[in-house]
Amino acid sequence: MLSRLVKGNDDMKAISIENLTKTYRAGWPGSPTITALAGLSLSVQAGEIYGFLGPNGAGKTTTLKILIGLMRASKGNAVVLGSPAGDVKTHRRIGFLPESPYFYDYLTAEEFLGFYGRLAGMSHASLSQRITDMLQTVGLTEARTRQLRKFSKGMLQRIGLAQALIHDPELVILDEPMSGLDPIGRKQVRDVILSLRERGKTVFFSSHILPDVEMICDRVGIIRNGELLAEGTVDELVHRDHTHSVEVVCEGLDGKSLDGIRGVASRLIQRGRQCLIVLPNQDCVGKVLAEVTDHRGRLISVTPQKRSLEELFLEPGEGLGNTRVLPCGP
Amino acid sequence: MWTIAVIALNTFRENLRDKILYNLLLFAVFLIGASTVLTKLTILEHGKIVLDAGLAAINMVGVVIAIFVGIGLVSKEIERRTIYTIIARPIRRLDFLLGKYFGLVTTLTVNVGVMLLVYLAVLWFHHLPLHASLIQAVQLMFVEMLIVIATALLFSTFSTPSLSAMFTIGLYVVGHLISDLRGIAEKSSSDVMKIVMTALYYICPNLEMLNIKGQAAAGVSVMLSYQALATAYGLFYSGLLLAVACLVFERRDF
Repeated sequence: MLSRLVKGNDDMKAISIENLTKTYRAGWPGSPTITALAGLSLSVQAGEIYGFLGPNGAGKTTTLKILIGLMRASKGNAVVLGSPAGDVKTHRRIGFLPESPYFYDYLTAEEFLGFYGRLAGMSHASLSQRITDMLQTVGLTEARTRQLRKFSKGMLQRIGLAQALIHDPELVILDEPMSGLDPIGRKQVRDVILSLRERGKTVFFSSHILPDVEMICDRVGIIRNGELLAEGTVDELVHRDHTHSVEVVCEGLDGKSLDGIRGVASRLIQRGRQCLIVLPNQDCVGKVLAEVTDHRGRLISVTPQKRSLEELFLEPGEGLGNTRVLPCGP
Repeated sequence: MWTIAVIALNTFRENLRDKILYNLLLFAVFLIGASTVLTKLTILEHGKIVLDAGLAAINMVGVVIAIFVGIGLVSKEIERRTIYTIIARPIRRLDFLLGKYFGLVTTLTVNVGVMLLVYLAVLWFHHLPLHASLIQAVQLMFVEMLIVIATALLFSTFSTPSLSAMFTIGLYVVGHLISDLRGIAEKSSSDVMKIVMTALYYICPNLEMLNIKGQAAAGVSVMLSYQALATAYGLFYSGLLLAVACLVFERRDF
């Protein structure tokens, strides 16, 4: 099965995960089994930025650890750059930044990058220039000879990103790369990720910071309880017709005339003469417009609301394919 | 091989920056101070006391470093999660473990080497004989330290630092009482005790085999064949412990 997956792997796939399951015991043998991943399947195309979203404990870090070889899957397959996940030789082509990284703090930034470069098999000659370039890329040129123990959290995150990129990998796997960064630091990381895509690299990263994901990702996967709930481009996910809400603003309607609208609206807010009516879907718009006309109200605006990634992220656990559609009233 | 050297060098550098070699200063102060005081206080055989105290101090300092740095070699990497970025590199877990081992071995080589030089300098200053047996004793002590590091490393691959320390110290003590274990097994009336003691006798390292301090201080050398055999035994036992450590480490999730 695995050989089929490896041999038959599409060249364009940087990561291919099929039915990945990870269970483990919380403590001693006999203690209950915890399922971290429950048949996760996804794929990441070469050259794309893939955002891996999910709440805490959803299984994001477990997935990343399996891809890197820090953990072994209980079931299923994971193929990275055409080789089974954890294959040491493939690691030369992969860069990895763990979540909240802690590094050898007795090293200076220069020594630190040199250490990781040498581990990746880089020669002394190529390393020296590369260190200079990477420190410049992450904005730490000034801190070249400073020990990491004197770095701030944001600086550590950035030097961590530099170690992941020092050997110019084809695939970069980042676990929460924006966490702990201020807005400037987040922008720097975003810029680095975007520049990687420009150079044809693949980036697979997990994140909680949804605006960043919306801004830079080609595709997004949402995971909850170890299962993939949705996968697609940001546009595909936020433009699903049945999930739109519609905001209607009108004026000149009194309490009695709103009675007919209350039945179909999911929310109704009155501000002075104006009234904001939130409808669960577009099917209800006709009925509301008829009510406004009948009661001699004035329509100000009808705005279909694009669902944000945050709403998708927070949606209850039945899965996005089964998103509940509110009925259109009596 | 290259990656083992890179990890070993980094481990050595970590030990240097953690100021582990500061113990050398303490050792030198202790030895010079003790020899000066003992020379004034003891009427007879002060030379023998200086010889004994020096060897014991080298042994103690080396073993303490081997245990307390050894137990943190891997567990500290796991606890601080620095292991994540290392495993993500093109490096086998086996190479990582060997790199950590040889890093501490390098630290101890420098340590024991400098302690030996200070020791010989103090002996020379006090006009005490510089027997070849002293070098033999320190060399076998070093082999003992190799076993202790491998033991600490093995325990640190699956246990907490405090438990690893307890296990390693326990094995070290039992390793020096190995002949007593056989005696207990022979004299015990309980079958269970016989089995347990006999098993311990065969499983635990025979560290007394590597202890020739007493005769070395008296200027009596061991035969080179014995020294070679004891060294081979120590290296074989260390290799065995490292192999088990690699097996455990290879299988674990992080």
